[in-house]
Amino acid sequence: METAIKNSTIKDKLIFEFETSKLFFFGDTQLRNQAMESFYKQGIPDRKHEEYKYTPIVLMLKGEFDFSTNKNCSDEQIEPLKFLKEAYNVIVENGIFVEGLSNLENLPKGVTIFSLVNAATSNSAVFEKHYAQYADIKTDPFIALNTAMTKDGVFIHIAKNVIIEKPIHIIHVATAIENTIIHPRNLIVIDENAQAKIVESYQTVDSKAKTISNALTEIVVGNHAIVEHYKIQDENACLPERKELGYLLNTTQVIQKKQSVFSTHTFTLNGALVRNNLTIVLDDEHIESHLNGLYITSGNQVVDNHTVVDHRRPNCNSNELYKGIIDGKSTATFNGKIFVRKDAQKTNAFQSNKNILLSEDGTINTKPQLEIYADDVKCSHGTSTGKLDQEKIFYLQARGIGLTNAKKLLMHAFASEVVNTVKIEALREYIEGKIAKTFE
Amino acid sequence: MLSIKNLHASIDGKEILRGINLEIKAGEVHAIMGPNGSGKSTLSAVLAGRSEYEVTEGEIIYNGINLLELEAEDRAREGIFLAFQYPIEIPGVSNINFLKTAIGEIRAYKGLEPLAAKEFLTLLKEKQKLVEIDKALISRSINEGFSGGEKKRNEIFQMAMLEPKLSILDETDSGLDIDALRIVANGVNKLKSKYNATIVITHYQRLLDYIIPDVVHVLYNGKIVKTGPKELALELEEKGYDFIKEVEA
Repeated sequence: METAIKNSTIKDKLIFEFETSKLFFFGDTQLRNQAMESFYKQGIPDRKHEEYKYTPIVLMLKGEFDFSTNKNCSDEQIEPLKFLKEAYNVIVENGIFVEGLSNLENLPKGVTIFSLVNAATSNSAVFEKHYAQYADIKTDPFIALNTAMTKDGVFIHIAKNVIIEKPIHIIHVATAIENTIIHPRNLIVIDENAQAKIVESYQTVDSKAKTISNALTEIVVGNHAIVEHYKIQDENACLPERKELGYLLNTTQVIQKKQSVFSTHTFTLNGALVRNNLTIVLDDEHIESHLNGLYITSGNQVVDNHTVVDHRRPNCNSNELYKGIIDGKSTATFNGKIFVRKDAQKTNAFQSNKNILLSEDGTINTKPQLEIYADDVKCSHGTSTGKLDQEKIFYLQARGIGLTNAKKLLMHAFASEVVNTVKIEALREYIEGKIAKTFE
Repeated sequence: MLSIKNLHASIDGKEILRGINLEIKAGEVHAIMGPNGSGKSTLSAVLAGRSEYEVTEGEIIYNGINLLELEAEDRAREGIFLAFQYPIEIPGVSNINFLKTAIGEIRAYKGLEPLAAKEFLTLLKEKQKLVEIDKALISRSINEGFSGGEKKRNEIFQMAMLEPKLSILDETDSGLDIDALRIVANGVNKLKSKYNATIVITHYQRLLDYIIPDVVHVLYNGKIVKTGPKELALELEEKGYDFIKEVEA
């Protein structure tokens, strides 16, 4: 048996783990079985898979894996990750919600923050109604895998009319001794006319081996709700010597209801491989969606952003801006789909992807895809990739600024268009500091 | 201060400057006039250190240094300032941050302590008044969305902030209405001293009504073909550049 497992593929090993560790997984058995079946059918996507053409998943999954993660971080390792001073911190360690390390005292009335396990056992009607309803297991193998094998995560519920001023910061920490894959899962439900700011950060701490997070977050934005959502992907920031260890597959599935406003901001600053699948469904009228992204890559990093904006009903606006700075031998991919369904008349949908390529060996793949089935719409997309502007560099040099600083100023300027969309001041400053460090 | 000897320069293999000789002393204002394509802008680009231009012959000695051996930023740190004919827009970099960085690097080059924030702001305020530039413009990104006149005024403001020894004004008058021209010229005149020198490059004589030159040079076909007192500018204006072309022929 042992040898059979050793020589088997990663797919078989995942299935073996699924069969033997059933007790530890979260969720309805039937759902999980369906999900695993779906994963089995879809398989691990290789380069021939249209959606994973530029993401070397097979390479990432090379080597021996041990799924029984039992390593924990110390409090001293966790504390610095709470970089927002004014926030409700939620710690998710190797996919498990850790209440003891979180700061959830004095939550306003109408705000619920639970582990998934607690949410399920407390018979929360909201949880029952929304869990695993939006990220479709049939559409992506990693959604299927997460649904089948997640152990825990965070459930957040903001009740009707409640405004929570301080951001909720979900801190995902991954750490491992042996190569491992974890499947954190979050469900965030913001009810009618409520408002919230959610920050998710992803970090790898003190790892000795490949640490792959296959994270999934579903967000339900109710009628008239206003939600800001931020993802700070800084996988290897705490592993400066072992930048090849932290991997992140991140699915974010959002559904927006009538007249809601949702903005999401994805900052990818670190990580050996980061794959983001972001889908926003505009499921009613007069909805506003903003998608902003910034990726700064170097070394051998691979960063792949796939976004889908699905306009299903009339009179909605979406605006998307993704920017990238690519250095070294890194590869960045942007694939942005916009669907405007037959009923979605009077849609305004805009998309822009701009890249700066700093090195000869860097690669950028950019693919905007618009599918429009309505006839009275305003849609546009644009993409550009170039080097730093020599004219601008010379202008700065002509004022006494050296080449290094001139380039830095221009990179900051390029990034600032996205950074300035961050409304939480402390978060914006944190990101600016991180970016400044990247440019050193 | 500046001594140019037999300067030849070309771009993409095409020779533009064909043996320029020029001597400029501290305290002087030199005007360089000439028709389009005579090499005026090439001369300013070569002085400022644009790498696209190749100097094939000759030398430029500036305060005892071989200028051609210095990178553009080091020339600026040594006190050379080029007011661009077409100032570049740089969205996302504020004028203030830009000037702070520039002054910081220039001071570090000279081995001086960095300027304290308060001193910097005082300097900013003082120079802003001196060159009559709108405060609101200074807090914006470099030249972003500025009108032609505002961009030129911003060049003079930068010049005031950096206090160069040798300023080269490349067609600073182009695109300026008479009021803007007066303000820009006024700024330049206020910054003039016996320690610094100015090269005014222009196509038209009008700017020289406001910035009075000590010497006027006529550049034609990559060479200085005539040098004279300020009256030469008037003569050129009257007779047109054809008169020079005839002289040459």
